[in-house]
Amino acid sequence: MSSYKSGFGNGGVDYGASQEKGRVMEQVRSQIAVANLQEMIMKMSDKCFRKCVTSPSTSLESREQKCLGTCMDRYMETWNIVSRAYSDKLRKDSGQH
Amino acid sequence: MSSFGGGGSGGGQSDVDPEMQRFLQLESQKAQMNVRVHTFTDICWDKCMDKLGTTMDGRSERCLVNCVERFLDTTNFIINRLEKLGSK
Repeated sequence: MSSYKSGFGNGGVDYGASQEKGRVMEQVRSQIAVANLQEMIMKMSDKCFRKCVTSPSTSLESREQKCLGTCMDRYMETWNIVSRAYSDKLRKDSGQH
Repeated sequence: MSSFGGGGSGGGQSDVDPEMQRFLQLESQKAQMNVRVHTFTDICWDKCMDKLGTTMDGRSERCLVNCVERFLDTTNFIINRLEKLGSK
């Protein structure tokens, strides 16, 4: 481990610097969250359009909107089940070695 | 604006703030996990979610779990077999 101390002062706690760091971290987190959400929207549009809007007309019919709602709910549920199954499997496999 | 990592000449890896480094490592791991979950969801949705019910039924859920597990097994199988082929 390196014994690097804050690059902003002589190793003392620099209030401004730690505030700046917190801001950058927050920014990184929110950019990742935005990217995640965009991916989710793209995938859901793809899957649910295929399932629900089989022959596109001049507007989304109420039947299609209802289907899209159901599809979105199932997709998000699917995401959660898959996410859980993936981390369970990782844990199981790493326990074997 | 102040710059990160401070430090003038010939800075190697060591002048990256360690807390920041840990933070970025963790966040990038989480982001990679998420990308993989998106991919698996895509693949297993096509395999398991044929018709949409108003609720998730047990059969679909079991199918999804099996799908994820066998997909990962498949990747491992392929890696192992390639390794064996490579060592011949």
